[in-house]
Amino acid sequence: MLSFIARRTVAALGTLLLSSLLVFLAVQALPGDVATQVLGKDATPQAVAGLRGSLGLDRPAWERYTDWIRGALHGDFGTSLVSGKAVGGEVAQYLGNSALIALITILFAVTGSLLLGIVAGLWRDRWPDHLISTVSLVGMSVPEFVVATVLVLCFSVALPWFPAVVLYGPDATVGQLLPAVWLPALALAVVMAAYIVRMARTSVIDVMASEYVTTARLKGLSTWRVVTRHALPSALLPVLHVIALNVAWLLGGVAVVENVFNYPGIGKLMLSSVQNRDLPVIQAIAVISAVVYVVCNLAADLGAMALNPRLRTRGRTR
Amino acid sequence: MTTLDTARADAPAPRAARAWRTLRSSRTAVVGLAIVAVHVVIALLAPLLTSYDPIAGNTSQALLGPGGAHWAGTDQYGRDVLARVLYGGRYALGVSVAATVVSVVLGTVIGCATALRGGWFDDLTGRVLDAVLAIPAVLALLVVVTALGTGPAVIVLAVAVVFVPQVVRVVRGAALAVVPADYVTAARARGEGTWPILRREVLPNIVDVVCVEFAMRASWVVLLISSLSFLGFGADPPTPDWGLMVAENRTAITVVPMASVAPIIALATLVIGLNLAADGLSKAWGVDRIREGL
Repeated sequence: MLSFIARRTVAALGTLLLSSLLVFLAVQALPGDVATQVLGKDATPQAVAGLRGSLGLDRPAWERYTDWIRGALHGDFGTSLVSGKAVGGEVAQYLGNSALIALITILFAVTGSLLLGIVAGLWRDRWPDHLISTVSLVGMSVPEFVVATVLVLCFSVALPWFPAVVLYGPDATVGQLLPAVWLPALALAVVMAAYIVRMARTSVIDVMASEYVTTARLKGLSTWRVVTRHALPSALLPVLHVIALNVAWLLGGVAVVENVFNYPGIGKLMLSSVQNRDLPVIQAIAVISAVVYVVCNLAADLGAMALNPRLRTRGRTR
Repeated sequence: MTTLDTARADAPAPRAARAWRTLRSSRTAVVGLAIVAVHVVIALLAPLLTSYDPIAGNTSQALLGPGGAHWAGTDQYGRDVLARVLYGGRYALGVSVAATVVSVVLGTVIGCATALRGGWFDDLTGRVLDAVLAIPAVLALLVVVTALGTGPAVIVLAVAVVFVPQVVRVVRGAALAVVPADYVTAARARGEGTWPILRREVLPNIVDVVCVEFAMRASWVVLLISSLSFLGFGADPPTPDWGLMVAENRTAITVVPMASVAPIIALATLVIGLNLAADGLSKAWGVDRIREGL
């Protein structure tokens, strides 16, 4: 069991290292290097060469990569080309704002979708199932910006309950951001929940058709007890993975929604740094997202293992 | 040998016919495919369905609500919204279909090859694809588009970068179930190479998985491409495109809500059609895509 966890962790670290290398290479491929980007198009070749030298850009790429990795491991992601501030601190500030949205989104999406998925699964092919399945089909068929736009139309324009755009910068306090968080979170939750609902429904249907649920029923247990004690624990197992994948998806999903609401989060920073070719910031965001993805997957695997003894033995024999 | 060959040549025809019959028996799939077909027809016949130009506007007619001359109203430049929605399907369908074909074909070939070859090749490909998957799709798209400039070909490439790893995962899983089969071992024993085995033995047996994958990816690709246009990295401004239209008309949403709502309806119905088709196909053919982690 322990060796299995250790092996998974090592594999996860390998993935992380490889994606940081891929991002580094991709960012190197962006046209125009840092020096020309900072000095502008009209800079003299001498000035560009000088800045390249002082930034260390004249050294071979692998040397710069190892340097960057060493810095990143110590929490130093370099300096933003646009704001001139340390990338680590800047990204952390935006990330904190996004975390506020993410937290509320996950809370809404997971509880809501599990509930709806279980209801749909238990009332399979009857009206609650048809209603929930149709709504989730529509939910997964519209992009985030559409959900966000419709929400603005309903709850900012028709009913002026929530602000349609955020007027604060990245250093806004939680209190200032809180009224603006609900619509972006709701938009993301709708899209995210649609997938989890479908997964939970299928999973519940599978488990309810299994032999041990039949046995539990034949023992004369009440439906409530059969569902809560026997069916749900195993039904939620496969859902765990989808939830983990969706949490990782959230980091990309916020890019669109934050831009709709002008919310000062990591998604907005991502977009503006790509527009400005702010390479150190892009790199830092990519690596942080990769960490979130890898950690979510690892957590889902370990969680699944903790809940399902059979996976533990299979891990050992492998 | 000859008898074997004819037996194999005969096999696909009844298989295809059976697949078509099961497909027709699924109401979900038929409805989904019908919706998609309607979209294709509308996109192809757009010039016949409207007399307005989707790009040239008449500024004296700007920001009109739905009415007799302009059924869905006009936008801030006085362009007919309905014409832009009808023509918008061309960009959405054209780029999405191209991107999906490239992603699914590449993903299928790599997925089958890794399952068939196994060993270090499989391990290495798996590691690299995992690393690509760990980077958020939107960021990968933005970096590719920024590096290579906008334009349909770049968007297709960018989408392929994002979706190939996911297709590889699913196809590899399906192919792994086929590889231990006796007929693959027999083909290997006959000394056939990787490519002929892949084409003649493995591919025909996972064609249902690939089809479902195609329908499902197509819906994701449409969503992703429209999001990209919405963010200003996809279709270039005068182009009629649904994502772009929502972005352009959002600011005037209180004045002419129809200008935003019409492209939203078009986009949603297309994706609903694709999702229904994917659902119906997977159910009718017994491809369990939900359990494969979407």
